Amino acid sequence: MAKTVALTGNSACAYAMRQIDPDVVAAYPITPQTAIVEDFATFVANGNVDTEYVTVESEHSAMSACIGAAAAGARVMTATSSQGLALMWEMLYIAASLRLPIVMHNVNRALSGPINIHCDHSDSMGARDSGWIQIFSENAQEAYDNTVQAVRIAEAAQVRLPVMVLLDGFIISHAIDRIELLDDEVAKHFVGEFKPVYPLLDVRNPVSWGPFDGLHGYYFEHKRMQEEAMKRAKGVIAKVADDYAKISGRSYQFFETYRLDDAQFAVIVLGSTAGTARVVVDRLRESGVPAGMLKLRVFRPFPAAELIDVLKHLKAVAVLDRSEPAGGLGGPVFTEVRSAMYYLDQSPLIANYIYGLGGRDVGMFDIMKVYSDLHDFVEKGTVEKVINFLGAKE
Amino acid sequence: MKWDISKIKEWKYYEHPQASTILDAGNAENYETGGWRSQRPVRNTEKCTQCLICYIYCPDSSIMVEKEEVVGFDLKHCKGCGICAEECPKDAITMVSEADLAKEGE
Repeated sequence: MAKTVALTGNSACAYAMRQIDPDVVAAYPITPQTAIVEDFATFVANGNVDTEYVTVESEHSAMSACIGAAAAGARVMTATSSQGLALMWEMLYIAASLRLPIVMHNVNRALSGPINIHCDHSDSMGARDSGWIQIFSENAQEAYDNTVQAVRIAEAAQVRLPVMVLLDGFIISHAIDRIELLDDEVAKHFVGEFKPVYPLLDVRNPVSWGPFDGLHGYYFEHKRMQEEAMKRAKGVIAKVADDYAKISGRSYQFFETYRLDDAQFAVIVLGSTAGTARVVVDRLRESGVPAGMLKLRVFRPFPAAELIDVLKHLKAVAVLDRSEPAGGLGGPVFTEVRSAMYYLDQSPLIANYIYGLGGRDVGMFDIMKVYSDLHDFVEKGTVEKVINFLGAKE
Repeated sequence: MKWDISKIKEWKYYEHPQASTILDAGNAENYETGGWRSQRPVRNTEKCTQCLICYIYCPDSSIMVEKEEVVGFDLKHCKGCGICAEECPKDAITMVSEADLAKEGE
């Protein structure tokens, strides 16, 4: 019998970890993720799990230990945020290129400097080229559901890539939300038994992991294989979501649309801000504005074909990015979406709104302004300012 | 486990093992680094007391030992670093330039 409880996002993630009962967790604390590994440490101490919990001296060590354990043949999980993710940056690439199915929660927090512990997406966006699958959660329920699905996605034979489950710092991680949990047995059965590939602990079949592949090596070929795995991950993400719907009653896709079919203006958003955007859409619809919105769930691999299919009928689209352009042509989500739109013969007008950096709150009226801008762009037939900063004191 | 990489140059990208894993143990032996040498060790068997200090110090495991006695140098792997000559307590090993040897051979 599934049960409904009140948990914070972090506790929901730790609860999922308990049900999954990974072989090894090597972790280091950092706000706003700490409660995940702290809650999990309590489960370990109480004997609720059989996990080998390795307390390490930094996030770099955490990911290194996770990689070692995964190569040895263990199911591994960990969690981090912001500076922690940045500190383990070189190891992220190693985890992905060694094709290790590590599942990690990254609680989105702004990258310093200035030092800021609140939510923005700069940390995980900074790691978007690391080869990790990236799945965003809107609330604690999604964080929990994504965690359970992530294990199956990562471990699929045609994928074998690490998965980052993302949830907004403080907004989701620390807020208590109503969530429906799977039964322990159901969750355990869903993730199944871990099947390692070339485990180091199999001494009868000795192998070497992570060799030097330079000089006359085959680095390019190995990277090519990795890219193919990322492509295949799309299909696997969809299949796992279908299977998950059967045991939970909750369906997931690459993204979720809200009143988009008959909309003319839409906003694309990731994470918790989707909730605010939905309310704005309803308000605008009441006044007769054909507004809609799209919440992107899977950022890597980027579902370009599916996205442009649902966006192509719109007159104007605003992409909300919770991380800075840093000299690029816009925030990360914007540049991907606009690039995808290049495939269309006729694409909607598209603008970028950088918002919420360092946890700056974004409210209904901010998002309403975005729709109002979209309306103006359509009237004028052009986007006057492509990159806008929503909520900064200008 | 014997892993056949004789045709590796022709492998399509997907024919490589996942994650660049090497499906063998100790096959570094097949990778010859002797060609990197610019000088090679020569042992004076009269001076050598078979203390095996050169064997212990060699970073490339290129001192060949049989029945606890040095029998020669593995020239397929010796990189000519000269550590054996440096460490030998009897100065029984001298480093000879490969260029000189090549000239002699002509």
